[in-house]
Amino acid sequence: MKKLKALFSALTLAAALVPGVVQAKEKSSFDICWSIYVGWMPWDYGASSGIVKKWADKYDIDINVVQINDYVESINQYSAGQFDACTMTNMDALTIPAASGVDSTALIVGDFSNGNDGVVLKGASKLSDIKGQKVNLVELSVSHYLLARGLESVGLSEKDISVVNTSDADMVAAYGTADVSAVTTWNPLLSEIEAMPNSNKVFDSSNIPGEIIDLLVVNTDVLADNPKLGKALVGAWYEIMATMQVKDSARVQMAEASGTNLAGFDAQLATTKMFFDAADAVKFTKSPELVKTMQYVAEFSFKHGILGDGADDASFIGIETPAGVYGDKNNIKLRFNPSYMQMKAEGKL
Amino acid sequence: MKRLINLAPSRPFSVLLAILPFAVLVVLYIAASDARLAENANDKLLPSIAQFSAAIERMAFEPSKRTGEYLLWVDTAASLWRLFQGVMISALMGLIFGACMGLFPYARSAMSPLFVAISLIPPMAILPILFIVFGLGEVSKVVLIVIGIAPFIIRDMQARVLELPKEQLIKAQTLGANSWQILVRVVLPQIMPRLIALVSLSLGAAWLFLIAGEAIAAQEGLGYRIFLVRRYMAMDVILPYVAWITFLAFITDYALKQLSRKSFPWFHALQGAKS
Repeated sequence: MKKLKALFSALTLAAALVPGVVQAKEKSSFDICWSIYVGWMPWDYGASSGIVKKWADKYDIDINVVQINDYVESINQYSAGQFDACTMTNMDALTIPAASGVDSTALIVGDFSNGNDGVVLKGASKLSDIKGQKVNLVELSVSHYLLARGLESVGLSEKDISVVNTSDADMVAAYGTADVSAVTTWNPLLSEIEAMPNSNKVFDSSNIPGEIIDLLVVNTDVLADNPKLGKALVGAWYEIMATMQVKDSARVQMAEASGTNLAGFDAQLATTKMFFDAADAVKFTKSPELVKTMQYVAEFSFKHGILGDGADDASFIGIETPAGVYGDKNNIKLRFNPSYMQMKAEGKL
Repeated sequence: MKRLINLAPSRPFSVLLAILPFAVLVVLYIAASDARLAENANDKLLPSIAQFSAAIERMAFEPSKRTGEYLLWVDTAASLWRLFQGVMISALMGLIFGACMGLFPYARSAMSPLFVAISLIPPMAILPILFIVFGLGEVSKVVLIVIGIAPFIIRDMQARVLELPKEQLIKAQTLGANSWQILVRVVLPQIMPRLIALVSLSLGAAWLFLIAGEAIAAQEGLGYRIFLVRRYMAMDVILPYVAWITFLAFITDYALKQLSRKSFPWFHALQGAKS
């Protein structure tokens, strides 16, 4: 009996793993995940204030908003099919779900980092001083990408430095030690580190505006079968955007949920180019610069071996944007689709 | 009358029985993996056997595109060296402090409560302090292992010394031995095999602390690689690494057992008699 039970539980475990790929069909209940970051805190407010529910009710569906503490884990969960949508950056959308063969659509282009990610040196004031140093960062993340772009701008390459993979949770403590002299990280850690004595921010994402983009990514098949989900999410998002601009209490709640206060949160917002207006996001998504940015990101990712096993070159994965496709047209796995944001801009939601 | 408790499998049959659960797991895995890959050929969660062998080939036998190193071997060497240092320092501390605290009441009174207290601190909770004191380099990873396992070895060694029969110590004294001679001739030989057993027991925890340390900051190592490729869900690298770690742990455990049997046959004869 016991053996039978054990076998049975093993079978259910295996079965639980099998249908993990999101079943594409019309359904009425959806799970979306988000993690702590200034550009994604609105989802927390939207869920607790009832705005998300209001829009879900309007389209007669259910939307469950789930916070995941570990950012990478949230993307992995989405890629494995446990969530229908998730918040992530453009680079992670390419290297994790798209490289895993999960066709993903950037439904909402929420903002881009405009100083939220930066390189900090101890006791040196220009980026070229980084030569020969050990740089602590989360390897293969947008920090790594930012550093590579920064090095490029001063005629250096990754060969001129050595990177030390350091978990984001320990970044601030690590910077406090004597043998760490250079870090690349993001907010709120960045502002914490910048405030320490003898520290200089020598390069940040405002030097490469529009390249580190924060998205809400939806499984393309799920979206195709359930356009109501796209409409409800976009509708809710821009109502939250409108609310947080006029209501301090909304931003206070977002600040507290991310472990800071209103002043700290507003400081982070100042280095984030939020697209409060849907029309701005649509314009950004349609611009030819986005193709260029995604090409940089794809080339960086390929060079670091994170485009997946099948990748023979940077253009292995097709990236579709309104201004054109970068990469393989027969293997499109990441799509920038502004049509829902467009509906909002035209008042059709 | 035949009872279930009296039925034992024959030798070949027991080997077969031992293999069976592994075979069932492998079959279940392959079935689940095939099902997922059939839906999405690029799925990374449950890679196929072919993907595993490609990943092993890439990690172990091809120079890395970025550094030109053979990653698996570089990682293995780095991790084993850290593990060796941490475990050796802990064993040495266990031997010295444990024996002294067991044998000398003054040492026991002075240090035992301290080590009890230290052994109760969860090492992961004081990590930021360890960084500040020991830096982010190799030292802090070794220290994390030492803080994790040394107090437990020390406490157990003290208990083992206290377990030695009083008569032995009295007899050695009537034969004119001083404290040093008793320590070296009576206590040490008897606790050595127990130390080896303790080290092999603490290896599991040592691996845990090693991988935790490498997850926080590192440039190479088995734990480092797992946490790095976890960023893009490369289970085709992670699972072989886990299997490799399991294999290394098994080999060390086996080697320690053989060492103990070869060096202290009398101890194992005694153990055999007891059980």
